[in-house]
Amino acid sequence: MTEFMKRLLKTPQGAIGTFLVVLVLAIVVFGPLVAPYDPEKLSPLARYKGPSAAYWLGTDQYGRDIFSRLLIGARATVVMAVLATIAGTLIGALIGTASAFLGGRADELIMRTIDAVMSIPSLLFALLVVNLLGSSTVNALVAVAIAFAPGMARITRSVALSVRKQDYVNAAIARGESSGYIIRREMLPNVIAPIIVEMTIRVSFAVMLFATLSFLGLGAQPPAAEWGLMVSEARRYMHMSAGILIWPSVAIAIVAVGFNLLGDGLRDALNPRT
Amino acid sequence: MIVYTLLVVSLIVFAITQILPADAAVMMLGENATPEALDALRQTMGLDAPIWQQYATWLWHVVQGDLGTSLRTGQPVGPAMFEALGRSLILAFFSIGLMLILAIPLGIIAAIRRGKIADMVVSLISYAGVALPEFVTATIAVLLFADWMKWLPPTGYVPLTEDFFGGIAHLVLPVCVISIILIAHVSRMVRSELVDVLHTDYIRAARLKGLSRGHVLRHHALRNALLPTITIVALDVGYLLGGVIVVEEIFAIPGIGRQLIVAIQARDLPAIQAGVLIMAATYSIVNFIADILYAWLDKRIQYD
Repeated sequence: MTEFMKRLLKTPQGAIGTFLVVLVLAIVVFGPLVAPYDPEKLSPLARYKGPSAAYWLGTDQYGRDIFSRLLIGARATVVMAVLATIAGTLIGALIGTASAFLGGRADELIMRTIDAVMSIPSLLFALLVVNLLGSSTVNALVAVAIAFAPGMARITRSVALSVRKQDYVNAAIARGESSGYIIRREMLPNVIAPIIVEMTIRVSFAVMLFATLSFLGLGAQPPAAEWGLMVSEARRYMHMSAGILIWPSVAIAIVAVGFNLLGDGLRDALNPRT
Repeated sequence: MIVYTLLVVSLIVFAITQILPADAAVMMLGENATPEALDALRQTMGLDAPIWQQYATWLWHVVQGDLGTSLRTGQPVGPAMFEALGRSLILAFFSIGLMLILAIPLGIIAAIRRGKIADMVVSLISYAGVALPEFVTATIAVLLFADWMKWLPPTGYVPLTEDFFGGIAHLVLPVCVISIILIAHVSRMVRSELVDVLHTDYIRAARLKGLSRGHVLRHHALRNALLPTITIVALDVGYLLGGVIVVEEIFAIPGIGRQLIVAIQARDLPAIQAGVLIMAATYSIVNFIADILYAWLDKRIQYD
């Protein structure tokens, strides 16, 4: 494990990515504890303030402290994205591995169907699912998870196909193990590394998808401090103060870049050839 | 293949729109309609038939080119959607063009200057490119270039046939916003493909034969490295179409994305069905053409 961490931190991507993701996770855990103000407290007298000693990043259109809102909104934004990505990955990994293991006609049918599902843009798919379930944060999570599953299934399948040819899988078949056992115990553990890389990078896409759903009015609802919602609410007031638009954007960018860098770092660290 | 894809998409779309809590009859006659009138309308619209029969009827009409009638406007959905699709395709066409012009050279430079400053600059650009969702970049772009500098119009759409330069001016910001993420993705893919190709034996052989670096790059490496770009760009069309939805909403472009958002908000079932079907068909056709193009350019590949 320490050997692996060394490899990860040796590349600039891995080091910066790890730093940013740890920072974001620290905010997720401790943010609400250290936030100086109530994120939903309105102060009509302190609207559109620039950064100052009292309000580090200034205040928004209702006089709410932007810094506190960012610290507290990290949970709504990042935790949701991570959960949705994990859920989508699990569904996708299961379908992909099963498809690769079954092979033949079943594989063909599953993959053709997945291709068909992927021909609907994931944002549109998420929009339809949220519209079907009603707009709320949990439903947005389900929508993003479902939208991610086909892509993950495809990636898992291509990795699993190469694992499928390995001798230990044939040995398990020869031993007479059940399909479920072979998929879970022999194949899944060996396809996990590339999936983790892909999953890490996808967290940043999930953050963006959530933010976009909120922007279209189908994700988090006001007065929640979700970052995407903060940007979309700021759009109407951006002429008064650019800060209310810029800071949540910066926060989203930090998360997206952090997970992207970490994913690339993990790919290099997990690749035995480099 | 395309037929199967569209069949599955039509099933998904129909299933989703069937579960949507919207009663077409209530939507057309209003909340105050009498139960008798509602029943009568349901009967004429075929809404009292079993689900599979409704699906079959709908599909049969779609195959004949009849996408249904909008519950919101009472007009046929097909013509309105295809007209909107045309405007979106202009947007998509310019975006892909800009992306190819920028992403391929960036990827090539990064690959041949691997590990040097140029490579790091390109990878910085690509990380910055995937950092923000389109609606945020679009908002910031409007604030910067339309509100503060007043270089470009903030929103709106002018047909190119009506006022060519006005139309182009309105397209600049949307096209740039859509391209950013695509440029980031494609330039990285081009870089990694070219880096792989430059490490192969036949490139080394060509260099050892005494051919110049430029010649080897142009005649041996690029051909093989750029081929997969076709597939990558075709797959990115899915992402592009998603971006189009958001960008059209922000810049008030009356394309298919905006039509879909309006349809989804109004729960206009026939319009939703038609819009999703057209988007999925666009994606499938682009990928089908990409596969054929790829096989034609690379004779080693055979599709059954």
